[in-house]
This record gives sequence, structure tokens and C-alpha cells, in this order.
Amino acid sequence: MEKLLEVKNLKTYFHTFKGVVKAVDGVDFYVNKGEILGIVGESGGGKSITGFSLIKLIESPGKIETGEILFEGNDLVKYSEREMSKIRGKDIVMIFQDPMTSLNPVYTIKQQIEESLILHTNLNKKERHERCVELLKDVGIPNPENRLTNYPHQFSGGMRQRVVIAIALAVNPKLIIADEPTTALDVTIQAQILKLMTELVKKQGCSMILITHDLAVVSEIADRINVMYCGKIVESSKVSTIMNHCKHPYTRGLLNSIPDIKDNKDRLETIDGIVPNMFKLPKGCNFYPRCNKRMEECENKEPEYREYKEGHYISCHYPIEGER
Amino acid sequence: MIKFLIKRIWQLVIVLFAVSLLVFIMTSLVGDPLSLLVKENASASQIAEATEYLGLDQPAYHQYFLFVKNALNGDFGVSYRYQQSAIHLIIERMPATLELVVIAMALSIVFGIVFGVYAGAYPNSFLSKTIMNLSIAGISVPSFWLGMLMIYIFGIKFGLLPVSGRGEVGTILGIKTSLATIDGIKHVILPALTLSMGSVASIIRLTRAGIQENMVQDYVKLARAKGVKNRKILFGHVLKNTLIPIITIFGLQLGSLIAYTTITETIFAWPGMGKLIIDSINSSDTPIISAYILLVAVIFVVINFVVDLLYCVIDPRIELK
Repeated sequence: MEKLLEVKNLKTYFHTFKGVVKAVDGVDFYVNKGEILGIVGESGGGKSITGFSLIKLIESPGKIETGEILFEGNDLVKYSEREMSKIRGKDIVMIFQDPMTSLNPVYTIKQQIEESLILHTNLNKKERHERCVELLKDVGIPNPENRLTNYPHQFSGGMRQRVVIAIALAVNPKLIIADEPTTALDVTIQAQILKLMTELVKKQGCSMILITHDLAVVSEIADRINVMYCGKIVESSKVSTIMNHCKHPYTRGLLNSIPDIKDNKDRLETIDGIVPNMFKLPKGCNFYPRCNKRMEECENKEPEYREYKEGHYISCHYPIEGER
Repeated sequence: MIKFLIKRIWQLVIVLFAVSLLVFIMTSLVGDPLSLLVKENASASQIAEATEYLGLDQPAYHQYFLFVKNALNGDFGVSYRYQQSAIHLIIERMPATLELVVIAMALSIVFGIVFGVYAGAYPNSFLSKTIMNLSIAGISVPSFWLGMLMIYIFGIKFGLLPVSGRGEVGTILGIKTSLATIDGIKHVILPALTLSMGSVASIIRLTRAGIQENMVQDYVKLARAKGVKNRKILFGHVLKNTLIPIITIFGLQLGSLIAYTTITETIFAWPGMGKLIIDSINSSDTPIISAYILLVAVIFVVINFVVDLLYCVIDPRIELK
């Protein structure tokens, strides 16, 4: 498999008044062509910041400290703002969490889709119009010809997210970064949107990074999964391996907190405690204070991110033995 | 749309009714116009004659109806001082005032928005901080003091600009204006600057706040992720959203600019209706006062109507109702 994107030792820090927040602290991962990579973890784990770092949309006081973002072999970290604006929206696009706020309320749907087409293609006015209609049809918006002149407030939440997806797909991107694309939607709509996105990704042959806190969602559609905790990837492998043979206690905790319809439990299992204060991370393993398998070594020594088995990466001193 | 228009016109009628009532009551209370009109040594029969002539012997409601009836015909009576039709005097001076107000408004929009956008987009730069400090001064400094300061600096100290009167007036497209001649333009600079200072400052502050609020919105992030350049995000996406509150303030400012011309025109001896009203108040010239107040009320209602229309142009979420 050919790698489309490879991230090496990426660090994005926020220099605030209270101290430095290591939002993304040395992550390594890759995305193959045509692959869907899921990034999961709790709130504040650095998932979204990882996504924003990839297209270098980190705002002050945040900063990409070190690392390489190799996109088709070119290091984006070295790119200037001007060069990045040619990549953004064309090769790499992003879909945001809240469709209610991510469209500009004072522009029509057509103006917002067309903006990408004007920036990144040479289509003329008529061709752009046809492309807009085609895109709305692709994302399943009925009566696209008439809907183009509507404003965002005339659409429901699910419909708006479809428009955002249409904007993302407008210029046939190579990589889509979807940051919690279904979190703000009704449960009934969530499945529809995910299905739509997967279909379109497969149809266009592009890759996708799906950022979510919902392991159940990601396991449905992703090929591989990165589990993030406090700015670090704690486990990464194929979906089947994560679901059935996960080795990190945090991944196990996340899996156990998914409700199982067959298993008639009174209470769901939870991971004890809360995500630690990002200004005062533990000295050793970040997960140490909440881990039910902790040992003395974990308190003082940070575990290395290593290849446990082929294609299965983990950072833990004492991986869980056996099947789930 | 037609429904909206009818509603607005109905509102105009109500506002004018209320204002006319107020004007009538106040002008009746302001003083006895007879003392101004008749000679000091007038006899009782002369006074009685004048009272009858002016209709002052009639009951108050009768006087009011007469006032409204005449006002509807554009007749506010004859100025006591000038012995001319009051409304005619005001309309004669209106172009001078409107010229001043329009120039001041244009200055407020251009400088207010440009500086405001800059200060909002780069809040930490030295220039932004300077702009913001000056804007506080602009809001706080009273215009009569600023006007005198301008006269002292530009007129007396350096002798750069004329400080009094309207200068030479020319004609552009059939409208008499100072902007037609260089002398006229020189005359209009100082009063217009003085008049606009307050609203420039408020528009700067409002624009800055709006830009800062909108810059962190998700749609800006999405625009960035689409590869839209910063300048286009700022002056396209963000400014258009920021304009909504600015237009509200714009309407209010326009009204207060017209009101403030009284001060500015007095300082710079600008021959507009602001100066006329001050002179008329000083001499209890009630026909001019009442005509002026009603006219300003009409202007206010019209401005608000235009502002409401502009809202719909800019913000598609607002519909005319």
C-alpha cells in the first residue's frame, strides 16, 4: 500500500499564560491511499488539534513545534502560508463538527461551494453551476437546482452537514479530515451521514481521517484506528485487532464502555477518574493515575511507542495479555 | 413588502402625531410670543388685536387642530424674526446641513470600518492599540471643545484652513454644494471632521468587536480550510457578518449627526439649519422650532426605514414583516 500521508514526531504546543499545553506530543502515524483512519479518544486528547495541525490551521498561542508532515512525500511543515492555501481545500479538506456554525450565514449555498471551485479549478461559470448541482445531488439533497440559492438557515442540521461534505468533495481532494462530523447530529441522521461519507470516499478513491470520540462509530467504517490519550497515540492498529486484541488498558477501557445489546448489564463499565490536568501531566505514563493495571515502573518511566506486532503499535509497559 | 410599507407609513403617522403634540405643548409653554411681536409700548387694544390675529384667544385644542391642519399643508407659520415662511427658511438651509452630515457620515464609514477591521484583525499591533486609544478620545471629547481646538490649530496657529462660513458654493448636477469649488472644500473640512469624530470612534470600536467575534467562528475556519486567503476572509466573510450591527449604529449615528450639527454649525458659523434652530430657540421663534422638530422626526423615521431595508439586503435571515 502506498502511503499518502506520513506524520513523524509531530508536536503542537500551546503557550498560554498558565504554562505550556502539549496538545499533540510527538505522534507518528500514516494514512494509506484510499484508506479510512479513525482517531479516537476522550475530549482534550489532542485529536482535533492533530487534524488542524495537518493543514497547519493552528492559531496563536498554538504552534507546531517540531515534526514532519509528509504529504505525498513533501513536508508540509516547511510550507509557507501561501503554499498551504493552495493545498487546503484542494488536496486536503476538512469537515467540522458543528454544521450549524460552519457555514457562513450570509452567503448562499452556491456561493460557498463555488468559492472552492473558483480557487482551485479553471471551470467557467456554467461548468461551476453544473458541478454545484451535481455535488448537491451526490450528497443526497433533493431538488438541488432550487436549493443552491438558499441560505444555510433554510437547511436542517443534517442537510447542512451534507452541504459541508459537498464543499469538501468539490475539487476531488486526496485527503479528507473529518473532525467529529456526526457528533452534533441526531442519532438517526448520524448513520446516514457516515454511510454517505464512506460511500463518497470509496467512490472518489480518496483517503479520510475520521476524528471521533465514539469508538463504536469508527469501528464501523474505519480501516485502522489510532487511540489518542493526552496528546499521544497509545495504540494503533487495524480495526479488527483493536476490537478483538487490544493491548492498551485505555483502549480496553474505551471498548468496555460501549453498550452491548446482547450483554444485559445494569451499569456500563467506565474508566475511573478524569483526564489529567494538561498543565501537570504525570511524570511517567499519562494514563498511570487511571490505569487498573499500573505497576511501579509506570509512575516514573514513560512508555515507548513501539511496534508490538506487525502493524500493531502500542505505548505501554505491561500490555494486556490474551483476548478480549 | 407592501404590507411592510403600509405598516411603516402607519408608524410614521403615529410618531408624527406624538411629536406634533409634544411640539405644540412645548412651544405653548416656552413663552408668550406676543411679548416678541408687539411693541413694548403697545396698547391693550393692539395686544388684543394681535392675540385674535394669532388665534391665541381660541381654546388650546382648537389651536392644536389649526396647527396640525396648517402643518399638513406645509404651513408652519411665519418666522417672527425673519418675517418669512418658517418651512421655507429651513428648507433653504437644509442643503448646507445635509452636505455636512453626508460628508461626516462618509468619513465615519470609511475611516471607522477600515481602522476597525484593522484593529480587529491585528489586535496586538502597535497601530491597533493607537487606534483604540484614539477612539476612546474620540468618543469622550465633546465636539464643541474639539471644534475650538481645530480652529486654534488649523485656523489660527498654522492658518491652513478657513474656520468660518461655507465658502464659495458651486453647482454639481443641479445641487448647490461647497464640494464644487476648492474654496468650498477647504471650508467643509474642519466642520466635517469635528462632526464625524464621535461616530468614527464608535464605528471603529463596534467594527473591531464584530471582527474579533466573527474571526473565531467556525465558518472562518471552514473558509481557511477551503484555502481562502486571509484578506478575502476578512473583507468578505467576516466583514459582511460584522456589518449587521454596524448598520444599526449607522442609523442611530446619522440621527445624532443631524442633531449635533447644531453645535458644530454654531462653532464654525456654518449657515445650515442647526445654526438656524439655535438662533430661533434663543429668540423663541416657535414656528421655526416646531417645523424643525417635525422635520427631524420625519428624517429619523425615514432613516430607520432605510436601515431596516439594508438589514434585509445584508442578512438573509431577516425578512420584512
